[in-house]
Amino acid sequence: MNTVTVIGASLAGLHTARALRSQGFDGRLVIVGDEHHRPYDRPPLSKGFLTGATDQSQLALADAEEIADLDAEWRLGSRAAGLDTGTRSVRIAGAAPLVTDGLVIATGATPRQLPGPARAGVHTLRTLDDAQALRADLARGPARVVVIGGGFIGAEVASSCAALGHEVTVVEAAPLPLVPQLGDAMARICAALHAEHGVTLLTGTGVAGLCAEGATDRVTAVDLADGSRLPADVVVVGIGVRPRTDWLEGSGLPLDDGVCCDAGCVTPVPAIVAVGDVARVDGCRAEHWTSATEQAAVAARNLLANATVATHRSLPYFWSDQYGVRIQFAGHRLPTDTPRLIEGSPDDRSFLAAYERDGRTTAVLALNRPRPFMRLRRELAREVAEKCPLSPSL
Amino acid sequence: MIPVCHLEELPAGESVRIDTAPPIAVFNADGTLYAIDDTCTHQDASLADGWLEGCLVECPLHAASFDLRTGAATCLPARRAVRTHPVTVADGMIYVHHTAADEGTAA
Repeated sequence: MNTVTVIGASLAGLHTARALRSQGFDGRLVIVGDEHHRPYDRPPLSKGFLTGATDQSQLALADAEEIADLDAEWRLGSRAAGLDTGTRSVRIAGAAPLVTDGLVIATGATPRQLPGPARAGVHTLRTLDDAQALRADLARGPARVVVIGGGFIGAEVASSCAALGHEVTVVEAAPLPLVPQLGDAMARICAALHAEHGVTLLTGTGVAGLCAEGATDRVTAVDLADGSRLPADVVVVGIGVRPRTDWLEGSGLPLDDGVCCDAGCVTPVPAIVAVGDVARVDGCRAEHWTSATEQAAVAARNLLANATVATHRSLPYFWSDQYGVRIQFAGHRLPTDTPRLIEGSPDDRSFLAAYERDGRTTAVLALNRPRPFMRLRRELAREVAEKCPLSPSL
Repeated sequence: MIPVCHLEELPAGESVRIDTAPPIAVFNADGTLYAIDDTCTHQDASLADGWLEGCLVECPLHAASFDLRTGAATCLPARRAVRTHPVTVADGMIYVHHTAADEGTAA
């Protein structure tokens, strides 16, 4: 394999490029990213970067020395527009196609938007540019901020905006946010954090539309499905993401809410792998930071072997920082699993809980209990590894 | 010189965080005491809450790893070392000798 092209210059793409080099690939390595920035870490964008506690230089995922060591051709500000699997060439918007031997698809996901025309003052939060635009808007002065969507991004943005002194309302269509992730009882504890920090949480209310006025068409209010109207100076839409597979339509790669690949991140087309938020690995698409980094090593190995010689079966893990509370979750939880308090107290916002099924722990959740959480998470991960060895074909 | 705790309060495998500025984490790694800056150089997490294995501590948030002997980052996502600080025991009491911030890392 002479040339490997990585489409996507964020966490999953960078980690795969690193893994290719560390696993001995010394050919031509091309990294294409549609953003103009070098790889940076996204999780702080809704937290410290928004409040100003973290600056842009602290977001970098690789320093100059490492970038040099990677010895890659960087095509930043370039968007992949299509893929011809027959000639193994990637169409690049406004540039010549890239012909490659191996291909890593790491195009991530893009935020879902509200229907209707674009309005000034309405934001989504995914990229550094998004975060800078939101930060600039929030810096105009005390604002009435409406966050649409009470998931993790919405909650973190609400928390950051409240910390900056803005008047914040979170609108959630479901009766309670985070139920799919945490289950009813634990979601209730997390939802209570909003009110404790002066943020209004409206649930069971869909959004009917946005009101705007003036020459700039700036948003003035959010109309809710129940007929009420929320005045708004700034609106942040956090209603989930969709994987960025549009450029792969017609390529012949199987697409179904992501690029379908096997447990080793390998697609049905030889020498094409997918990693990160865009990848549906063995029927499951994770939008987790840790999954992206773990998949990278496996995908690199399989790409270089030109076969699935290793698989990715780790324990899903995610965290969220909001209102000074660190929420950590790991495991495979089913809606019927029952949470059991192991230590601490939900009232103190510091506790560890295990989800159980037939007396067995399936997942673990902690609020401000990193140490015992880590112990339980490792135990669970070990069980998963024993049941499904990482590299069964070795 | 900062008093930490009595030696018997920090058994092997345990760690304690002291609220200096910046905070310091003190570890008992199988009988040997180490002190390093407590905050992971990747993102805000306390290494005193981390997973201790031999002379390595793994960050509880993203599994970055540091060598307690040198402070060196041994596993991504951390790339920068943490500072190390000398530890002594006198009359059963553990003391950390705070390395001033401008002395750089010991790695």
